[in-house]
Amino acid sequence: MKRRTLLISGAGTAFAAALGSPLRAQEPIKVGFVYVGPIGDGGWTYQHNEGRLALEEHFGDQVETIYQESVPEGPDAERVLTQMALQGADIIFTTSFGYMEATNNVAAQFPDVKFEHATGYMRNTPNVATYDARFYEGRAVIGTIAGHMTQTNKIGYIGSFPIPEVIQGINSSFLHARKVNPDVEMVVVWAYTWIDPAKEADAAKALLEQGVDVILQHTDSTAPQAAAAEAGNVYTFGQASDMAAFKPTPRIASIIDNWAPYYIERIQALMDGTWESTHTWGGIGDGEVEIGEITDAVPAEVKAEAEQMIADIASGAYHPFTGPINKQDGTPWLAEGEVATDEQLVSMDFYVEGMTGEIPN
Amino acid sequence: MLRLEKRPQPSRAWAWATPVLAVVLTMIAGGLLFAALGKDPVEAIRTIFWDPLFGQYASYSRPQLLVKAGPLILIAIGLSLGFRAGIWNIGAEGQYIVGALCAAAVGLAFYPSEARWVIFPLMIVAGALGGLLWAMIPGLLKVRFGTNEILVSLMLVYVAENVQSWMALGPLRNPEGMGFPGSRNLAQYPAAANPELIAGTGMHWGVVAALLAVIAAYVLLSRHLLGFHIRLTGESPRAAAFSGVNPGALILICMGASGALAGLAGMFEITGPSGRVSIDFNVGYGFTAIIVAFLGRLHPVGILLAGLLLALTYIGGEVASLTLRLPVAAIQLFQGMLLFFLLAVDVLTNYRVRRAREGTA
Repeated sequence: MKRRTLLISGAGTAFAAALGSPLRAQEPIKVGFVYVGPIGDGGWTYQHNEGRLALEEHFGDQVETIYQESVPEGPDAERVLTQMALQGADIIFTTSFGYMEATNNVAAQFPDVKFEHATGYMRNTPNVATYDARFYEGRAVIGTIAGHMTQTNKIGYIGSFPIPEVIQGINSSFLHARKVNPDVEMVVVWAYTWIDPAKEADAAKALLEQGVDVILQHTDSTAPQAAAAEAGNVYTFGQASDMAAFKPTPRIASIIDNWAPYYIERIQALMDGTWESTHTWGGIGDGEVEIGEITDAVPAEVKAEAEQMIADIASGAYHPFTGPINKQDGTPWLAEGEVATDEQLVSMDFYVEGMTGEIPN
Repeated sequence: MLRLEKRPQPSRAWAWATPVLAVVLTMIAGGLLFAALGKDPVEAIRTIFWDPLFGQYASYSRPQLLVKAGPLILIAIGLSLGFRAGIWNIGAEGQYIVGALCAAAVGLAFYPSEARWVIFPLMIVAGALGGLLWAMIPGLLKVRFGTNEILVSLMLVYVAENVQSWMALGPLRNPEGMGFPGSRNLAQYPAAANPELIAGTGMHWGVVAALLAVIAAYVLLSRHLLGFHIRLTGESPRAAAFSGVNPGALILICMGASGALAGLAGMFEITGPSGRVSIDFNVGYGFTAIIVAFLGRLHPVGILLAGLLLALTYIGGEVASLTLRLPVAAIQLFQGMLLFFLLAVDVLTNYRVRRAREGTA
């Protein structure tokens, strides 16, 4: 207890570091995870937990993991993080955008503990790193499939929050659906939640009533899949995890977040003493974003086209945001052959040309 | 066989004994639940009720009890006034949100002025006024049109949540936030911040306000004519009418007071522990306060104790789920049991358990 109290004060940091390093050689590295939903959400949190399990399997006795489920994004997160640091965690992964402030605040209190914040951009102290996945790459693939599969030419999209990451996904899937089907329209419903089965089911029903027959989602539960299964003749895509229970229809493919490679890499870096405050944005090529099985409900030639796109994105031959692309109001964004930079992507706050509706503001 | 016999007067002794009995029963049933999950029940109960107060890291968790209990007590005190008079304000969560938004809007309007002695008091007034006005909607509708205040106040929570999303995305959005939703951090804006008054104690202005509210409510209910009218209306509306109580005015006073206190709680939270207006900074204090009010028997001192107890189960529950790997659902179930047992054993206050004489089937 004394040692940790000393750590908070900050005055004892150097002492603790000197004391801490030789201990590490024998003690397992304690890895904490903070989850925004329950592990059983079958989506976002489930995948992060799979990453945690992969760590345990990969490193065996060298790591010990702890986690906390369903931590609200707000003052509670700060308390949970502090508790974890006090319990002796060496590195803590905070797996939702809303933990950004809390992560940085607590990191400032515990300079000896490493913090990794998913999907954020704030790294105030050298013990904070951020990481994210290029979900928009996966969206390009399922957008292509959706464009082929829709009969009504109306694709529905359940958005979570109108932040750049989500807008990237909407634009990416719309651009690629339009590419294969010029008559496609996209209807977006904002759920203002990452996970809330009741709201997601309502959103799916609202979309179905508007004649949508393919639903994409940026929320984590399987409620939209269930609503689609009930309605019949509607196609959906697994989000964050495979959502295989809804195969072969309505779920015809999925975007899977695979965090295991990143988690293993970072813990290895910590063990080797090479851990640094970095921002990592991995995609299909890095194995961080995967496309789950494309079921037989999808015609073979569409499946082949999707698989070709996966291969091209993985090899770097194709970037989903390649010009010419105009903004919704018709002003040019990317010129012919121009590829969007990461800076342009992380601040994306507009729809591309052809989208109807407005981003809530 | 046992049978219940209505007491001529509710038992005063049982009225105070039932909360204690409910806690004991919750511990027993919760212990069985934890044992069924394969955890040591004694250790689990100790972790929840003992460790946050006297455990290894208690110096951190004790102040957190105040931080968590402060808003609960402040809101519950306000609610208890109405509940005593049979006026059911279920929408404290919405009044909390609107109070926080009004206070934040006032504070941000002055940014970056440093005139704390003008800004902070103005924000307090704005917070109380915001909550009060939001509560006036169901209050006035009830007085003027006889609408049901339970429904109207509850529905207004959802309206407030959407206003909050809009504020976080629009008018109050941090202009330096890189396009992400959420306001500037008020806790980091010295003129508007509500920091710990003495470092490491958890004591902030919101906790002070909660303690003042307890004292004020105690004096009001036991010494003041208005308190007498409130109690009389709850116990016998007809007698109240004969003694000259104006029911409409009483409804507005009770709704207004509870709304103002909920708004204040929101104000102190948004300037302190929570920090910024985000899409979903509310964490359900307004609803949990209803449990606190009843657990505390609608009595100011009872509410003070009940608020601390509920905060203890939250913080202890977090520690337990972290250290013992208890699923978060089990912790929530445990907290739910508390209210369930309280309502169940409440029967003893109003009824006597008698052994039925034979032959009187």
